[in-house]
Amino acid sequence: MSFLEIKNLQVSVDDRSILRGIDLTIDKGEVHAIMGPNGSGKSTLAYVLAGHDGYEVTQGSITFKGEDLLAMEPDERAAAGVFLAFQYPIEIPGVATMTFLKTALNAQRKKQGLDELSTPDFMRRVKDVSERLKVTQEMLRRPLNVGFSGGEKKRNEIMQMALFAPSFCVLDETDSGLDIDALRVVADGVNALRSPERAMLVITHYQRLLNHIVPDYVHVLSAGRIVRSGGKELALELEEKGYREFDNAAA
Amino acid sequence: MTAPTKTLRTPAEAALIERFAKARKDLPGAEPIARLREQAFATFEQHGLPHRRVEAWKYSDLRNRLKTAQPLATRPTLDAAAAVLAEAEDAFAVLDRYRLVLIDGFPVFELSDRDALLGEGVAVASLAELLTGESGRAADLLAVPELARDDIAVALNTAFAGDGVVVLVRDGARPSKPIEIVNIVTGAAPFAVYARNRIVIGDGAEVTFLESVIGGAENAEINIYNEYRIGARARLSVARLQATEAGATQIATNVLRIGAESELKHLSVEAGAGFSRNQTFAGFVGEHACADILGVSMLDDRRHVDQTLVVDHAVSHCDGTELFKTVLDDRAHGVFQGQIVVRPGAQKTNSKMMSQALLLSEEAEMDAKPELEIFADDVVCGHGATSGQIDRTMLFYLMARGIPRVQAERLLVDAFLAEAIDALGDAAIADALKTTVSAWLTARDRRETRS
Repeated sequence: MSFLEIKNLQVSVDDRSILRGIDLTIDKGEVHAIMGPNGSGKSTLAYVLAGHDGYEVTQGSITFKGEDLLAMEPDERAAAGVFLAFQYPIEIPGVATMTFLKTALNAQRKKQGLDELSTPDFMRRVKDVSERLKVTQEMLRRPLNVGFSGGEKKRNEIMQMALFAPSFCVLDETDSGLDIDALRVVADGVNALRSPERAMLVITHYQRLLNHIVPDYVHVLSAGRIVRSGGKELALELEEKGYREFDNAAA
Repeated sequence: MTAPTKTLRTPAEAALIERFAKARKDLPGAEPIARLREQAFATFEQHGLPHRRVEAWKYSDLRNRLKTAQPLATRPTLDAAAAVLAEAEDAFAVLDRYRLVLIDGFPVFELSDRDALLGEGVAVASLAELLTGESGRAADLLAVPELARDDIAVALNTAFAGDGVVVLVRDGARPSKPIEIVNIVTGAAPFAVYARNRIVIGDGAEVTFLESVIGGAENAEINIYNEYRIGARARLSVARLQATEAGATQIATNVLRIGAESELKHLSVEAGAGFSRNQTFAGFVGEHACADILGVSMLDDRRHVDQTLVVDHAVSHCDGTELFKTVLDDRAHGVFQGQIVVRPGAQKTNSKMMSQALLLSEEAEMDAKPELEIFADDVVCGHGATSGQIDRTMLFYLMARGIPRVQAERLLVDAFLAEAIDALGDAAIADALKTTVSAWLTARDRRETRS
């Protein structure tokens, strides 16, 4: 049994077909990258994995740890170990970051059959991961993502990933809007979480991120299908030739 | 008021007329107070109860709501009052405060902190005593500023008010604790409770008032009039919580007269009654003053809550900020009416008003009617009204982090209401009020789980 298995996944939004039959198998310990031009369906795949209800799965299946992922609510997926680092993290005025982190962590633990963390234990864990991701105390005191710069929002996403310690991480365009220093902090944070017990799906438009988070496998998504798969060298080839020939391959 | 004289009376109107005829000789105050009451009641008789064709009551048809007039509540004995107080819920229990206790509109000083307040520069008297006393100024205690004079609920209060507190905060006084005016309506039978409170804030005073209105039986008729007269350079915060029983009809009138260079924060939290009208008339009477007028309403079942606001800029250089939040569930009906008036010459006025509603059910209804009447040319005024459902992208983000839907919705409703509660600028009071929000949300969770 594979860790994550996507079979013939077909997805529409408002009756418009976006994903047209994705097959992808990911095993524990692997880092897969999905590259593709704008509009190829990359973010759709990320949202469908996390359970956004704006996407209609018309065909196919996703099996995660032997369970039917598509039958689960987003919160159940999170508790099962799925984490989506958002391309555009949502600002939530009025919800303090710390309150959010504690509520989320304890909700996951409850579903996992674990006790709630005591406040000192919780604070210790947050301190540990926030220092690594250069998330300041001042940021933690603010409402969630409100007034955060693009880089701060992305660091906050990866900090959450470190805090929740999911077994399957989906990173949606985590490099967008980051300068090189911020990219390094984020990539270091992600690399620190690489483990034989954890799989990652890194979605990106540019090859740049993959210099920092080196994938085991690269897949090219075009017009809703995976048109080519290979090793990390495929990313370099794409950088050189662009996506054009894959658009033709998909047509 | 140009509505024609009514001749056809509803049963409630007829009963109110009968009640006044019987009660008038026993209501406190001889001439000229009795005449004031009669004039006010004549205004009611002329117009009848307000209904949907009266613009100021367009969405809150009181004539349709009131089926009869309840008997006027009588002054409780001290033992009875003590028993009622001991049983009553206390939303502000966590706060260290002075209390002025009114049972069915009658102050009970034996159960209040009147003596301690005197030491803080705050004098408290009973309205009934002052009305029946020798003071030549007693009639002023039933006078209503022009802004609120035409309102029928105010006229009924003037006619029927049997008692209340008159509070005088001396110039420069800074009481060390908030002062709570506790209004408890007894629940054994539906009574008519008319309370009238006058609070005078001296120049340079700094004080916080809490008001709570609780209790009441099915069909209780509650009409409370609070008038704050704020001197110059004073700072006043008022946090008001209406949490009467679900079958009650509650009308509160808040008249706020704001003196020069004073700062006012006024928050009304509506968490009870089957039919509630909270009407606030705020008038700037001195220059360079500012006021934040805030409202939070939580509605479920078929409840009706109307927050109506008039902000009158009669003088120049004053700032007004109004923020009203309403959250509605089930088949509840929320109303916001907000009017900003800038009179000729009130230049450099800065006034903005916002009403935001969050509808948690398809069947809930929100009506918002913001109005600006501007007769000066150098002003900044704005208003906005939104109403919508819980933001789906926010909800998804929270759920994607493992927070179940009900809990995620709760966080978002909490956050939505907190903006207005936090704007009061007092963390301890905000925490107490958020407990009320939390209780409302917990009740909602239970309903959701059942259905």
